[in-house]
Amino acid sequence: MKKSVWSMCGMCTVRCPIRVEVEDNNVTWLEGNQHILKGALCAKGSAGPSLVADKERPQQPLIRRGGRGAGRWEAVSWEFALDYIADKLKTIIDRHGPEAIMASSRGGPFQDLVKAFTHALGSPNYSNHDSACGRNVHHASISLFGLGRKGFIYDIKNAKHLVLFGRNILASLRPAEVNQVMDMLDKGGRLTYVDVRQTLTGIKATNFFQVRPGTDYALALALIHEIIKAEGYDADFVERYTTGFDELAYFVENYSAEWAAKECGIKAKDIHELVGQLIADRPKVVFHPGWMLSRYNDSFYASRALNCLNALMGNIEVEGGLIFAKGAGDCGGKGPRALNELSPKPTAKRADGVGDVYKQFEKGPGLFHLFYKAMATGNPYPIKGIICVRHDPFACFPDPQAQKEALDNCDLIVSVDTHYSEFGWYADVILPESTYLERDSMIALQKGMKPRMIMRNKAIEPQADTRDLYSIIKGLATRLGLDQYFPFNTVRELWEWQLEPTGFTLADFEKKGFVEYADKPVLYDREKLEGKFKTPSGKIEIISQKLSEWGFPSWKPYESPAKPPKGQYRLVFGRSPLHAHSHTVNNPLLNEMMPENTLWINTREAGKMGVAEGDFVDVISGDITSVITAKLTDFIHPEAVYTVHGFGRQIPLQTRAYHAGMSDQKLMKGQLQNMDPVGGGLNLCETFVTVRKSSKNHQRKVEL
Amino acid sequence: MNTYTLYLNSKRCIGCHGCVVHCKANKGLPVGPILCEISHEPLKSVRGVPKTEFKFRSCYHCEDPFCVTICPTGAMKKREDGIVYVDVPKCIGCMACAGACPWGIPQHNPETNKAVKCDYCMDRLDAGLQPACVTKCTTHALKLVTMKVI
Ligand code: SF4
Ligand code: SF4
Ligand code: SF4
Ligand code: SF4
Repeated sequence: MKKSVWSMCGMCTVRCPIRVEVEDNNVTWLEGNQHILKGALCAKGSAGPSLVADKERPQQPLIRRGGRGAGRWEAVSWEFALDYIADKLKTIIDRHGPEAIMASSRGGPFQDLVKAFTHALGSPNYSNHDSACGRNVHHASISLFGLGRKGFIYDIKNAKHLVLFGRNILASLRPAEVNQVMDMLDKGGRLTYVDVRQTLTGIKATNFFQVRPGTDYALALALIHEIIKAEGYDADFVERYTTGFDELAYFVENYSAEWAAKECGIKAKDIHELVGQLIADRPKVVFHPGWMLSRYNDSFYASRALNCLNALMGNIEVEGGLIFAKGAGDCGGKGPRALNELSPKPTAKRADGVGDVYKQFEKGPGLFHLFYKAMATGNPYPIKGIICVRHDPFACFPDPQAQKEALDNCDLIVSVDTHYSEFGWYADVILPESTYLERDSMIALQKGMKPRMIMRNKAIEPQADTRDLYSIIKGLATRLGLDQYFPFNTVRELWEWQLEPTGFTLADFEKKGFVEYADKPVLYDREKLEGKFKTPSGKIEIISQKLSEWGFPSWKPYESPAKPPKGQYRLVFGRSPLHAHSHTVNNPLLNEMMPENTLWINTREAGKMGVAEGDFVDVISGDITSVITAKLTDFIHPEAVYTVHGFGRQIPLQTRAYHAGMSDQKLMKGQLQNMDPVGGGLNLCETFVTVRKSSKNHQRKVEL
Repeated sequence: MNTYTLYLNSKRCIGCHGCVVHCKANKGLPVGPILCEISHEPLKSVRGVPKTEFKFRSCYHCEDPFCVTICPTGAMKKREDGIVYVDVPKCIGCMACAGACPWGIPQHNPETNKAVKCDYCMDRLDAGLQPACVTKCTTHALKLVTMKVI
């Protein structure tokens, strides 16, 4: 039997809308939803069926029989596994209270289920991966606009100029956004790219600045300085909708283009030329405030400066600028229900201290890495059970060894994932979730210029003994007597309940695979933006009242980043368009395309070490040594070495990825708690590593 | 007479290699055979910006294909519209075609032990669709061009 199914890709967290053709429970074709993506998908998207077919993903629930991480697993039934987990959870609750249990998932539209479960247990301790990703950007955006980083849509397609600081937008790709960038370039728009190395994005740039690692903030401050000096900002907008402009002007007084040129290792003339372009292109200029900006110890302020530049451009709610993300309410509609509405609001304080010790951080998911402190010290109270859903902390946070030591204080570690994760390998129980092609997911609202509801429909029946997340959570909830919070027997029943207030039905999804709340982009009246900024003053707070209240400056005086000592380099990392972090490294098709990463070294630096292209090098940090192939390039700053994140996996059952390439996070020794105190993001580019030619290169062979 | 060619707008191509995987997924190919490739020259600085452009190659669908001439079983064929393709049931997997092709374009499929190559997704073309790599190209940079005799 043939059928066509609207669904949503799950190979990465972009979650592109897709249409899947199925014949006899086999995927025969999948493509990007024609109504949104005109068929386009990335390489990972097409490799989905190869994930489904891969026997090197968990095929049934597994319970650990050896020591943690030893890899001795017993395959058990779902009933057994869920009973086992429920029993352990009950014991933890009896001894330590429900708040001793934490759960985490990936960010995005599907957090609701895991959050609802955590709250149903009576624990406030829901978390996600974001302290290794967008927290700095998020908090910077809140401090300025009163809205998080998803509060704005970047109307890149209609912009005249897109400015990217280390946001490698064409490689860490979101197909819809990539097409906007290409459309903008086709229309003659300008692209400015700032990074420590040249990238797939930078090769399309009009202006390229290869800066010294850690100096983004300096360049952003200089742009503010020069734009103010040239009176090139939107004075009306600034006057009307911002507070603290004069303080900013005073603060940036010493940060001239000439100063930044020296600091960043670029030319002052080029900065001036860029400033001229920006003033000419305003207001249709988008300064991307960063996506994964957990990098340097001033990333929060760098992101704040970039967003402040948006305000100076006066680009808010203009075509080609930053547009407020609209929700159902902006279109006179109602959004779908969330399961969390049914769960009791947690009353206990969070174990990560967020909202209590750390008032500056938004509660939502808190900060994952801080839970390790609670585990290790028992303060403010012990964490004894942890459930990670499709989230691999060992692959995303620094220093897995330090994480393991903290986790050893837990009585229960559960991993729910479609593939073996490094964290799962250390867990007590692995619950295999069905792949995105084999599972239904909750309906979610996607805010935007045209807000819409999106859904994932199961395209095929599970090929192994796996389950969808709702069934897994429901199975646990039932065993714990929490059935009332998860009253639906099937995902379909859940969908119907979610849709009740919206006035839409499941049938409305049949035509296009999604439901839109508006036919045309919804824009606010730019003359009446008062009250749209959710800061205490209702304006864009260049000087943030909240930051002042908590004792943090709105602008941190610039500090020059440390230079690596001789023989050492700053380790920076990034993404490839062929892999979604660590999740896809073992995917047969994607592994074939990119089986391992390399270490990018500046050609001249490599020359000093006697390293040639393709040689093995040792990369050393603390007691960790990794061996990796060198890739020489003129287009990386000599202080930095670069690698693609996600490799160096150590799960024997993933034969393709096993020990292939190098893991950046394992080299970040001692960095687990190196956090931006204002933004909450981890400083993932603050590790210096020693690099030397590896003894693996010796030509001498003992064999004949 | 060749009717079709694949044209890459290299200004739009971002080198993501999506096309390569779209192609493999469409034909259900295992690890091994790769029917199209994306390549580029080393970066060169152009007015301060290190630049390069991507090139796409699948099969040239030659006017007088050596692979067709050498094939001992008549499995390698050229259609009237110029598409050079493998008539799978006839193929014995000897790979003489790959040896004869100046670019070694026909690939061995280890699962079927037969040759496989770019056939402009002729099953899709015949069904009124575009090739897999064209339909799903991440940036819509790749186009199937139908050539006309002027
Ligand atoms: S970007 Fe690629 S992997 Fe991610 S959701 Fe879209 S198609 Fe899937
Ligand atoms: S999918 Fe398109 S953009 Fe990506 S490499 Fe292929 S031709 Fe280029
Ligand atoms: S491999 Fe098949 S197509 Fe190629 S020459 Fe041999 S029989 Fe012909
Ligand atoms: S036309 Fe079809 S067979 Fe040829 S490269 Fe594109 S997807 Fe592959």
